[in-house]
Amino acid sequence: MIIRFFHQMGSPRYFYGVAGKMIPWFMTSFLITLLVGLYYGLFVAPADYQQGESYRIMYIHVPAAWMSMFIYVVMAVSGLISLVWRIKMTEVVVISSATIGASFTFLALATGSLWGKPMWGAWWVWDARLTAELLLLFLYLGIIALHSAIEDKRVAARAVSILALVGVVNIPIIHYSVEWWNTLHQPASITKFDKPSMDMSMLMPLLIMAISFKLYYGAVVLMRARAEIVERERNTRWVQEMVEQEVK
Amino acid sequence: MSTLSLTSAFSLLLKRDLVLAYRRRAELVNPMLFFVLVTAMFPLGIGNDAKLIEAVGPGVIWVAALLAALLSLDSMFRSDYDDGSLEQFMLSAHPVSILVLAKILAHWLVTGLPLFIVAPLLAVLLNIPASAIPTLMLTLILGTPVLSLIGSVGVALTVGLRRGGVILSILVLPLYVPVLIFATDAVKTAIVGIPTTAQLSILSAMLVGSLVLAPMATAASLRISLS
Repeated sequence: MIIRFFHQMGSPRYFYGVAGKMIPWFMTSFLITLLVGLYYGLFVAPADYQQGESYRIMYIHVPAAWMSMFIYVVMAVSGLISLVWRIKMTEVVVISSATIGASFTFLALATGSLWGKPMWGAWWVWDARLTAELLLLFLYLGIIALHSAIEDKRVAARAVSILALVGVVNIPIIHYSVEWWNTLHQPASITKFDKPSMDMSMLMPLLIMAISFKLYYGAVVLMRARAEIVERERNTRWVQEMVEQEVK
Repeated sequence: MSTLSLTSAFSLLLKRDLVLAYRRRAELVNPMLFFVLVTAMFPLGIGNDAKLIEAVGPGVIWVAALLAALLSLDSMFRSDYDDGSLEQFMLSAHPVSILVLAKILAHWLVTGLPLFIVAPLLAVLLNIPASAIPTLMLTLILGTPVLSLIGSVGVALTVGLRRGGVILSILVLPLYVPVLIFATDAVKTAIVGIPTTAQLSILSAMLVGSLVLAPMATAASLRISLS
């Protein structure tokens, strides 16, 4: 049953249909969690005793930074799957994720520097996590550049998959080397699962925002994947029939 | 034809690449010349304050080495791709990753090793104290092979592209960061007179790791680029 499902999802036509049905669900739940998360984050959560109101940018910044890493891992995993099993749909996921991941990375950097100006007194400091995030952005841009440079899109997808895998091996090394190099960023306060150093009233909106961003990614990656499928399969019968239906 | 053993295939390929490089001696000097020139530009840019030059010295030498390695990468598979011999390597009975390793080794001997040889001269130019020069040499001999190995993946991915050069640098430079960080830190630590075993161990670990993993990734990338 499950195997059959995955088998069917490997077919572009079936994937296209299922993705089309899933997008509205992702979109509505994204909007709901976004509104709830923003409301609790911006109005209900108390102001920080040290940073005042400006800490609230964290409700965008932290989920964006999480997404930037999450999407890279998704790309590497689907890249591995497409290299090993040659599944077309995971290739499409790799490509569709790259731009979204780069946008989230950029968002994390931009909000981070907006927060840094009042807190550290500078838009940019060469601190470990900022630098690692900047390098992650470069890795994303490299993937996008390589994909756009190769004409044959199936070859491009496989080349990009290898690059994503090489990158994912390197990310921990880059991360720790940069960490070692220099740090003045405040240590992560969420990763300590047993006892978070953040109050629940501040933590809940953050987690809701994180879920909301994931749902957004789900919706957008499916949209982009659908567009990619139509472009790749433009010479097949079902796409042409579908377009004719649309025209009528 | 497949009576050729793997070791003799490896050494034949290595010898062939070295002979080819030797026939074009003028090109051999270029990466080294570039390395020296870029390093010489920095004092001109930042002024002749001896203290300042000493402070940025290790970083300048390593960034210049990085750029020199990057610039010479493109020639790793270029001529073999153009004349079709790369496809013949793919068809051979031997594992492509080992053959690729021979090509990377030849490339490093031709472009990486010269950097190692001129480095002491540049160290003197940049006021790096003599006590730190052995460490600088050590970081170069451990670090530049890593640059060639990681770079080979990027070259393999872009060898089929008409204008691969710029994309190659976008792909490869972020991956060079750990080498840059640990190598310059080792030299800086050596200047102050503190032992640098930790940094050198990590550089060696990177060398071993990339020696194992990079040829496989390069072989897979070449297969894709030639498909």
